[in-house]
Amino acid sequence: MKAFRIILSPILASLLAIIIGGILVSAMGYNPFVVYGSLVSGAFGSVINIGNTITASIPLILCGLGIAIAFQSGLFNIGADGQYWVGSAAAVWVGYHFTTLPGWLHIILCIIVGMVVGALWGGIIPGLTKAFVGSHEVITTMMMSYIGILLARYLIEGGPMQQKGYNPQSPPIAQNTQLPYFSQVLQQSQLSLVAVAITILAAVATWFLLYKTTTGYQLRTVGLSHRAAKYAGIKVKLFIVLALCLSGLFAGLAGSVQMLGVDHRLLDGFSSEYGYTAIVVALLARNNPFGVLLAGLFFGALTTGGQNMQIVSQVPAALTDVLTGLIIFFVACERIIPQIIQWYRRRRSLRSGALTS
Amino acid sequence: MTILANPELWASTLSMAVPLALPAIGGTFSERTGVVNIAMEGIMLIGAFFGVAFSYWTGNAWIGLLMALIIGGLVSAAFAWGAIRVSADQVVLGMAVNIFAAGLTAFLLDTVFGFSGTPTTTPKLPNVKSIPGIDQIPFVGKIFENQSILVYIMILLVILSHWFLFHTRLGLRMRSVGEHPLAADTVGVNVWRLRYTGVIIGGLLSALGGAYLSIGVLNSFSVNMTNGRGYIALAAMIFGKWTPFGSFGAALLFGFSTALGIALQGQGISSNILQMIPYALTILALAGLVGRSNPPAADGIPYEPKR
Repeated sequence: MKAFRIILSPILASLLAIIIGGILVSAMGYNPFVVYGSLVSGAFGSVINIGNTITASIPLILCGLGIAIAFQSGLFNIGADGQYWVGSAAAVWVGYHFTTLPGWLHIILCIIVGMVVGALWGGIIPGLTKAFVGSHEVITTMMMSYIGILLARYLIEGGPMQQKGYNPQSPPIAQNTQLPYFSQVLQQSQLSLVAVAITILAAVATWFLLYKTTTGYQLRTVGLSHRAAKYAGIKVKLFIVLALCLSGLFAGLAGSVQMLGVDHRLLDGFSSEYGYTAIVVALLARNNPFGVLLAGLFFGALTTGGQNMQIVSQVPAALTDVLTGLIIFFVACERIIPQIIQWYRRRRSLRSGALTS
Repeated sequence: MTILANPELWASTLSMAVPLALPAIGGTFSERTGVVNIAMEGIMLIGAFFGVAFSYWTGNAWIGLLMALIIGGLVSAAFAWGAIRVSADQVVLGMAVNIFAAGLTAFLLDTVFGFSGTPTTTPKLPNVKSIPGIDQIPFVGKIFENQSILVYIMILLVILSHWFLFHTRLGLRMRSVGEHPLAADTVGVNVWRLRYTGVIIGGLLSALGGAYLSIGVLNSFSVNMTNGRGYIALAAMIFGKWTPFGSFGAALLFGFSTALGIALQGQGISSNILQMIPYALTILALAGLVGRSNPPAADGIPYEPKR
């Protein structure tokens, strides 16, 4: 039953969402098979499309890993978007300063600074207020997220990071900090193998941290029950702060990797909503780090497929958000599935009981 | 300081407060009965979109408003079903509704109205030019001049909600369901029914707040038009300590910081920085700096009757 729930229920939820989405597009006068066909071919139809899908999934996976850590510790980090943007801003700032450093060292510095800033943004205020005053982290991380996005926007709209000129954008990072693409095809889909390696490494590290270290065990214990953790001698307050810091750290990493690998400068595109989609990624993966890889790819595919769908069949890409919302709704309501089975069994046993009597 | 003496700033504060106060009070109903309502943002979008769509199709903004309420109520009923009947995680469910609503409204806007957006000929709700009596008061009169009729409906709703929640028997029962559902159930109060009522009232008020944006101040809908107001309303509700008057006060404060941000634009202070004020205030409030605010004891905890 447990394995059934872990694997089957996200798949069932996705299927149900796809069916409802299909009904919606048919009602609008489109052919759902053409629509979904263009979605799938947009995501996986060619080498470049597959590359685009992986590129789109990297920030989702990295943010999703952080959110999964928070979830496993019983915390809901809803502010990964803001952590992502402050991390990005910090990484870009380092990226166009310190140009005398050798490339590899500069890259590492950018990423570390982005991670640290993301960790501090996500961890310090929401973590400390949660641990010591009990303020709900859903609200504090969300508020910090808005402040972070506004801060990043301010930095390039009249703030210290604006490049001279009319456009609100930062200067580009140094050439040698841009993650290499290695080949023509990869360059076309902005897919950096270094970014892929970092992502896979991050998933393995998360798995190792959560399941193979004492810290991870303690984090998960805090997540299961504060009271039990306290009895076991775990410093619950410390681990609340730590969990939110780790969560922000991964969002900051996502920002750094995206800036070094894809954007190369801070641009005014502050509606990426990676942080929100990443919540869904973590949920769908049931907070399993390797599940996050798969779920991240799934939503990366939805993003790139949705863009292709809009071009090919003129169905707005927003349809993918409809699907996403429905998928989470059904995953959250997965308890109805065992309930329906129970109801069905009871009904059948009643009927067979009636026949024998 | 001269800027504070300008009645336009205060008129715009009041106007900015409406789409925050309405969902915040709605959220108060929902959370007082024990259901965390993050779905307000999405239901606002639903209200905003269907308000303008039906206003255009029927040529009557009041029918638009009615349809906004009906469809917003239906979506919040679906949310309530998941949160109450299925005992799903309320925050996760709320996120689902928000993403779904953002996608659905953007999708329908494109497929039904096209990329150019809703027609500019769509009727909007009337403004009230002035109220006899109030318009004679020198400064205050200017503030209430030519406001949308929903501003007055909001003020009425603030008072009514307070009276209902704190001075009626049903209000007391609703609050008891959010504080100690088992005790309420034991004395024969129908926990689930009252929770449904709370969430759906929350949905109706959120949809009203959304409709204010699309057919109250403007007569059009744009993608993601609520722009996070549902989340700020959630903050306003917490800031206002889960009371209608408190929520309204917080909404006025947030409205003021937004209005001030607009008024100060081009005066050397970045609007991005000024926009941070409501969020920073919320964190300060949560950190206990303006007095502790405790949520209803059973807020966010599904209740399963022992049967």
